[in-house]
Amino acid sequence: MAMTGVLRPGHAQIRVLDLEESVKWYTDVMGLQPMGRDGQGRAYFKTRNERDHNSVILRQADEAGIDFFAFKVLDKATLDDFDRKLQAYGVKTERIPAGELLETGERVRFQIPTGHSIELYADKTDVGNGKGYLDPDVDVIDGPGIRPIRMDHALLYGGDIDGNVKLFTEVLGFTLVERVKLEDGKTDLAVWLTCSAKAHDIAFVRHAEDGKLHHVSFQMPSWESVLRAADIMSVNRVSIDIGPTRHGITQGTTIYFFDPSGNRLETFSGGYDHYPDMHPITWSWEEVGRGIFYHDRKLNDAFLSVVT
Amino acid sequence: MQKFTIRIENTGEHYACTDKRSVLEGMVALGRRGIPVGCRQGGCGVCKVQVLEGQYVRRVMSRAHISPEDEQNGCVLSCRIYPASDLRVSVIGAMKKNVCRPLASLPPPPTMNQPRQGDSSWQ
Repeated sequence: MAMTGVLRPGHAQIRVLDLEESVKWYTDVMGLQPMGRDGQGRAYFKTRNERDHNSVILRQADEAGIDFFAFKVLDKATLDDFDRKLQAYGVKTERIPAGELLETGERVRFQIPTGHSIELYADKTDVGNGKGYLDPDVDVIDGPGIRPIRMDHALLYGGDIDGNVKLFTEVLGFTLVERVKLEDGKTDLAVWLTCSAKAHDIAFVRHAEDGKLHHVSFQMPSWESVLRAADIMSVNRVSIDIGPTRHGITQGTTIYFFDPSGNRLETFSGGYDHYPDMHPITWSWEEVGRGIFYHDRKLNDAFLSVVT
Repeated sequence: MQKFTIRIENTGEHYACTDKRSVLEGMVALGRRGIPVGCRQGGCGVCKVQVLEGQYVRRVMSRAHISPEDEQNGCVLSCRIYPASDLRVSVIGAMKKNVCRPLASLPPPPTMNQPRQGDSSWQ
């Protein structure tokens, strides 16, 4: 499969209620690498393994939630092409100048039908993962914190998820990987989409309120490392929502937990590869409990109701 | 470390909570019920209570759910208050209606008619 359009999730800007407390938590408990602050006071992080300058940006605010979620595209020509296609589709776009986010090029920002701000960009400074590009070592030395591999995907809640699917598949080149049907057998309760060969790069759940964050997810190298993350969470009295457990949907192993402002995060491992020729998987209303939490096999009210 | 008694007016439930634990954490840690449990970090708003009587120390909570007026009137998120005396609280938060429950006012689907799953919002 050739990946030439939207490559992968690039950054998420998350609102936090107490910046200093959150910076310490994302550094010490999540094990992310602090990458500096900008003139607005926003704090930047990346995982140890990520090569681009930042993937998580924290902004002090009086409400929790997500400001925007961004995808990296192949190059500047691709960015301009998507901007044109979005406008032709009837989506209003805004250009955010290079440098507005640290070490990040020009961004194309637009609102999707569920009210979330999504961004595309082509450039972010390659600062490397500290191992170099010639004869690198493997990152096997254990260190403090959960230390995920990468910021991997997000699940967002809002009303018109059908409009989101249409926009992401028809304009941005995503493919539908899995979906959950409501009782009528027709309406989607939830959808999982990918722009790559991952089981998901973004997902949406139908919800009464627009613009809500369900979780930002971080990839772990193994099920064992997910269990290690659970131990780290308990040592640090982190608020765990559910897990360690497994999803039927995507088949990944998982823990849902909350940052110090109540934003849900996930550490997950596994899942399967998806290619655009593969038939999407559908979960029926009757089996949705098993789809979402494979071991509990029941719907969890917090999963469907607790968002920021 | 001091211990205080938290009484939930709606259910008559009461439990002991130290001043090192939030009112919500104290409830959850003892396996008690009555206040809906969400993020436990001041962000999601489901554990909202009205403090009817007593003193407490509070931490920052999301303005999406607690206005300055709310705060003045003792309307707070129970995950963000720590008892400084015995407390009497009344639950006013709830799990938000989600699309799997009836009467959710939703934009598109015209065919929504979901069975009630039982009121599971009371943890």
